[in-house]
Amino acid sequence: MSIFSMIVAALLFLGIFFFAIGAIGILRFPDFYSRLHAAGKCDALASTLALIAIALFNVRDFDWTLFQSWDNLRVSLKILLIILFVYVATPAATHAITKAAFIVGIEPWEKRKRNR
Amino acid sequence: MTMNTVFLLAAIGLLLSTALALIRVVGGPTVLDRIVGVNVIGAQTTVLLILIGYLFGNISMFVDIAIAYAMLNFILAIGVTKFFLRRKTARGGREET
Amino acid sequence: MARLVTFFIMLFFWILISGMFDPFHLGVGVFCCLLVTIFSHDLLFYGHPDLPWLFDIFKVLAYLPWLFYQIFLASLEITYIVLHPRMLEIIDPRLVRFRTRLRNTLSRVTLAQSITLTPGTITVNMSGNEFTVYALTQKSAEGLPGEMETRIARALERE
Repeated sequence: MSIFSMIVAALLFLGIFFFAIGAIGILRFPDFYSRLHAAGKCDALASTLALIAIALFNVRDFDWTLFQSWDNLRVSLKILLIILFVYVATPAATHAITKAAFIVGIEPWEKRKRNR
Repeated sequence: MTMNTVFLLAAIGLLLSTALALIRVVGGPTVLDRIVGVNVIGAQTTVLLILIGYLFGNISMFVDIAIAYAMLNFILAIGVTKFFLRRKTARGGREET
Repeated sequence: MARLVTFFIMLFFWILISGMFDPFHLGVGVFCCLLVTIFSHDLLFYGHPDLPWLFDIFKVLAYLPWLFYQIFLASLEITYIVLHPRMLEIIDPRLVRFRTRLRNTLSRVTLAQSITLTPGTITVNMSGNEFTVYALTQKSAEGLPGEMETRIARALERE
C-alpha cells in the first residue's frame, strides 16, 4: 500500500468513526436537544472526511492527456458539491427540528431535576 | 490488503452505525426523535451510496444518486417537521411529548 | 449583468452534472439555462441586482478554514462527552439569549449556521437581532458570541 492509499484509508475510517460517535450519541444522550448536538455536528464532519477521502481516491494517478482522468475529476467535483450541500443543509435541518421542538414545548433536561 | 477490502470494511462499519441509529428511530419517545434518527441515517446513506458505487466500479452513476439522496434528506427533514407542526395545531392538542 | 452571471453559473452546473459533451446534450443545456435565466434571474441575486455578494464569496472562502477547524474541535468534544462513562455529570444544558451587532441578513444567517456547527451550541431561534442558543456545557455557554462574531463581521460586513 502506498502512502496515498494509507492517507485515504485513514480519512475514510476517521469519517466512519465520527458517524459511529454520532449514532452512539443519539442513543446515549438524555434529552432531545442534546441528541441534536450529536446528530448535527458529527454528521457534518464525518460526511466531509469520508467524502474527501473518496474524492481524493477517485483522482489518483491523474493524467491530463486522458479524457478518462478529466471525467474522474468531474466526478470528484460532484462529490465536493455534495459536501458543500451538506454544510448548508445540515444546520438548516437541525434548526428546523429544534424550532419545532421548541414550539411543541419539549422540556430541556436540566441538572437540578436529577437531584430531587 | 487492497483498497477494495478497505472500502468494503468501511461500508460494513457504516452499516453497523446505521443499525445503531435505527434503534433510535424505532424506539424514540417522540416523533421528533425519530426525525433526527432518520436524518442521521440519511447522511450515512449518502456516503454508503458512493462507497457502493466504488465497489461496483460505476462511481459516476452512484454519485448522481447520492446527490439526489442528500437533497431528499434535507427536504424530508423540513417537510416532516412542518407536517408535524400543522397536525398538532389542527387537532388542537399534543399528540405525544 | 445579473442575468449573464446567472446563465453562466447554470451552464457550469449543467456541464458539471451531466458530463455529456455531444451537441445535442449541450444544446438542451443551453436552452434550459436560457429558460431558467429568463424566468428567475432575480432569485440568485435577490434584492441586489448589481451583485455585490459575488465578491463576498472570496471573503467567505477565507473564513471557511477557521470554521472547519472549529467543527473538528466540536466533534472531538462531542466524542469525549459521548464516550465518557458518567456522561450525565459532565453536561449541564442551558438556554442562553444574546443580541448580535451584525446588521446584514447574510451575516446573521452565517452566524446562526456557524453556531450550530461549533462546540456545544445550537441555535434555537433567531428573531431580529436576538439569538436563542442552547448550550450543552457551561463552558460553551460562556464563550458566546465571542470570536466568531468578530470574524464574521470582518468577513461579511461592509461599513
